[in-house]
Amino acid sequence: MRRLREKLVPLAGLLTLAYLLLPNVVVTVFSFNDPVGRFNYSWQEFSTAAWRDPCGVADLCGSLALSLQLAAWATLGATVLGTMIAFALVRYRFRARGAVNSLIFLPMSMPEVVMAASLLTLFLNMGAELGFLTVLIAHVMFCLSFVVVAVKARVLSMDPRLEEAARDLYAGPVQTFLRVTLPIAAPGIAAGALLAFALSFDDFIITNFNAGSTVTFPMFVWGSAQRGTPVQINVIGTAMFVIAVLLVVAGQFLAARRKRTEHLR
Amino acid sequence: MTVTETPGTPGATGSSAAPGTPPAPRRRPVRRRLVPYWLLLPGVLWLLVFFVLPMVYQASTSLQTGSLEAGFEVTWHFPTYWEALREYWPQFVRSLLYAGTATVLCLLLGYPLAYLIAFRAGRWRTVLLVLVIAPFFTSFLIRTLAWKTILADDSAVVGALDALHVLDVTGWLGWTEGDRVLATPLAVVCGLTYNFLPFMILPLYTSLERIDGRLHEAAKDLYASPATTFRKVTFPLSLPGVVSGTLLTFIPASGDYVNAELLGSTETKMVGNVIQSQFLRVLDYPTAAALSFLLMAAVLVAVTVYIRRAGTEDLV
Repeated sequence: MRRLREKLVPLAGLLTLAYLLLPNVVVTVFSFNDPVGRFNYSWQEFSTAAWRDPCGVADLCGSLALSLQLAAWATLGATVLGTMIAFALVRYRFRARGAVNSLIFLPMSMPEVVMAASLLTLFLNMGAELGFLTVLIAHVMFCLSFVVVAVKARVLSMDPRLEEAARDLYAGPVQTFLRVTLPIAAPGIAAGALLAFALSFDDFIITNFNAGSTVTFPMFVWGSAQRGTPVQINVIGTAMFVIAVLLVVAGQFLAARRKRTEHLR
Repeated sequence: MTVTETPGTPGATGSSAAPGTPPAPRRRPVRRRLVPYWLLLPGVLWLLVFFVLPMVYQASTSLQTGSLEAGFEVTWHFPTYWEALREYWPQFVRSLLYAGTATVLCLLLGYPLAYLIAFRAGRWRTVLLVLVIAPFFTSFLIRTLAWKTILADDSAVVGALDALHVLDVTGWLGWTEGDRVLATPLAVVCGLTYNFLPFMILPLYTSLERIDGRLHEAAKDLYASPATTFRKVTFPLSLPGVVSGTLLTFIPASGDYVNAELLGSTETKMVGNVIQSQFLRVLDYPTAAALSFLLMAAVLVAVTVYIRRAGTEDLV
């Protein structure tokens, strides 16, 4: 009885994990399906046709390329602007600090539809043409806060004495920043950039409102839910999952090895 | 006040500066003092123009009347708010209800997993964390569509639920209809819970992981049972994670329209669906803007009350 109770928490945890991963299993299994009709919702027959021809559906790979491009630009914009804000907030005391902090917090504490709709009213009122540019503006806007939070966390945990030491050793402000501050803050900036990329790449709601006739990958998937889902969508979903997991594993492996060699030295 | 005197060397610092007088702040040159403002300028400007200004525009839109052909004009027409609420209050209440239920479910489901990763996983910790984050890498729309397959009428999951008479209970509660799950409230809440679960698990894990293991040992030494240890030590110390996880789940869930659209029916529409269709299909901008403002207000009030009660204002 005691043993059973001790196993209860891990069991519940693993069940939750199964709930989290079940859709990914389904996506993977159904990427090998040969569906009858337009929808890929029921299992018919094993086939690797979609894997051999992932771009075989009109506009699918185009939308994927567009999303990647969009995410890259949005990441660049949000990371640069967000890192600057994070440094200002952590390293300097100035009057508008509280106001800026709330301004950063607000976009994260608002349902996405509200932001999406209000941005649309701005663009409509300005008579702006909806498309790549309006989506890019929107993505930089909502990724910005997340970058600030990620970078801030890292900069906050930095020991300011390291920079003092650099200054004591006669490093100029620029030199101190480039050779000491930036390398230490880099993991935080990288984390912020990765987060921004993922958020932008996967964003649907804000894009749905502000894209006009521009079709990003999530927009393509959304449309396909109404028109008919090609198997290729599952192929791309599976491939993204596998690539990301491999990247994470490789990163962990490299980090572990570096730690070991550093230890040897 | 900072203590400048080191014990053992009394008066060592007292001789150089009179006690009680803080060192005079060195005045930085104006150019240096402007540095933070230059760092802030581009990002803050971006947020002011593309986040704050749109809110103002939306407020003005909600007070306009007119039509797409004749043009819209600000007429300070406040009744739009009443009319919108009178017509769409079911969707409104449903949104808060579904989002609230999904949040509670996320907490109940997410806590054991976060606990497992933080305290029991050992060297599997990284693997489990990766598995929690990994689903993010497949587009959430693709994963939500997968639930259509999982919850389809002839699926194994629904068959099992039916055989276990779970569907009798949920049907009696009004969550499902007959032996269907898809296109019912249960399907929508299941999708919402699934979509936002990682946002609950990660903050929970972060706060649990920070807890000093020696506190558990101390509780054990004082003859606390595992349940008491959890109730008196672990759970209170994980409260910051509970609060931020709850917010990260409830806020986005309340405005979501993807799950209700893909997994629900016309009976399960949430306020997000109404805002989306009013803005993008019906083109009734004032009503859509008013609804969007009402949603924002409802969420802000709910969050403020919740944070007050949880008593952790210094979270963010």
